Amino acid sequence: MAKLLGLKCRECGAEYELQATHVCEMCFGPLDVVYDHAALKKVVTRERIEHGPASMWRYRDLLPIEDSTPVVTLGEGFTPLVKAERLGAELGLRNLYLKNDSMNPTNSFKDRVVSVAISWARAHGFETIACASTGNLANAVAAYSARAGLECFVFIPVDLEPAKVVSISVFDPNVVAVRGNYDEVNRLCSQLLESTPWAFCNINIRPFYAEGSKTLTFETIEQLGWKLPDEIIIPIASGCQFVRHRQAIREAMDYGLVRGDRVPALTGAQALGCAPVYNAFKSDTPERVLPVKPNTIARSIAIGNPSDGIYVNRIVLETGGVVEAVTEDEIVAGMRLLARTEGIFTETAGGVTIGVLAKLARAGRWKGDEVVVAYVTGHGLKTADVLASVDGHARRVEIDPTMKSFREKVTI
Amino acid sequence: MTVAVEATDLGSAIDALDARYPGFKDRLLDANGELRQFVNVYLNDEDVRLGPGLRAKVSDKDEISIVPAVAGG
Repeated sequence: MAKLLGLKCRECGAEYELQATHVCEMCFGPLDVVYDHAALKKVVTRERIEHGPASMWRYRDLLPIEDSTPVVTLGEGFTPLVKAERLGAELGLRNLYLKNDSMNPTNSFKDRVVSVAISWARAHGFETIACASTGNLANAVAAYSARAGLECFVFIPVDLEPAKVVSISVFDPNVVAVRGNYDEVNRLCSQLLESTPWAFCNINIRPFYAEGSKTLTFETIEQLGWKLPDEIIIPIASGCQFVRHRQAIREAMDYGLVRGDRVPALTGAQALGCAPVYNAFKSDTPERVLPVKPNTIARSIAIGNPSDGIYVNRIVLETGGVVEAVTEDEIVAGMRLLARTEGIFTETAGGVTIGVLAKLARAGRWKGDEVVVAYVTGHGLKTADVLASVDGHARRVEIDPTMKSFREKVTI
Repeated sequence: MTVAVEATDLGSAIDALDARYPGFKDRLLDANGELRQFVNVYLNDEDVRLGPGLRAKVSDKDEISIVPAVAGG
């Protein structure tokens, strides 16, 4: 069954053939994949999904890869959804859940979008995969390109966190370290489109790439017992995944995967050091997102010019969510809070998400019974350098291998 | 694609482009005469929205880049 009908501009509705293009020629708006809903409605059911693989590909019907296309996979997705009893107790939330996407093959949610992107690119004759990245995307692209046996060029800011550089380089891609911030790297890559036959995951094949994010929300819904939560906390970089999560909720409802019609509040999290969407949300004109120059340890989400920013605010306002932002100290506190209460180690972007969750909880946003889910999008080892510089060893003590030394030094 | 125009500020550079390619201005500016959300304009590598926007002064050696908005990763 050919389930994809074409591409359509989100702003003006102009339609295009399925191809590696991401920008509307009429208004420069973003393009989205159009599915044959009528055909899919006859096929998509809970039972069909439940009988699928224990990976995000159980949602294959709702992804832009035709049935006959072999996928490039490392078993990504279907990550744990855990109930956060201890963190919830500390924040006054009795039904708090964490979707732990640090448990993906390259330890971030990017494995979902890259698995889709590279599967599509390979099926359409691309031999080189590329991307502009704040780290997690490059990590996934390098790994999955290796998995597929395709050539790879990743473009990253030259001062990216060391752990990220190591975990990208090990897969032997071409690494182009650019002396600039992410927005400058991205801009260079969009200029390169004209002169290279490459599939840039986050640029020319973006409409296909983006679809992978939906699976995070489909899984959350399935793992809650085919139920919609009351609120979801999502970090905002470009705003791309935020928009896809809203779409996933829409599709889950349209296809009858959930009963009921109350759309969860979608709430966004940013670092104050790079908060263009938050700034717009707080202003009189939430639809005017002005770019900023990022300055935050939350490098993964340090995108000063988020192209999906205005859509995020539209969705936040539509669903009754908010956009909140946290200080650098609150980011680290968020990382530590999550680790200390739930045994999950998240990176700085995750510290932003948990920091915002904590900030909103302490400000009294919730009564306490609401089902709240926080998306933990990346693993702490990616940004371990942040904690190394802070005193992370407050409870560490060094002793000789003797009972005497132990008794002298250790307090129990 | 590179085009040379005569202008003293960004706004009039866009007007000059429009004179050469009629309709181009509409693709860049909305009804209020502001830059459309999905278009990024750089003056010698600086995003003009971070500075004076359309009022940015331009001269001989300046390079204006018009790039559709991209994102994420």
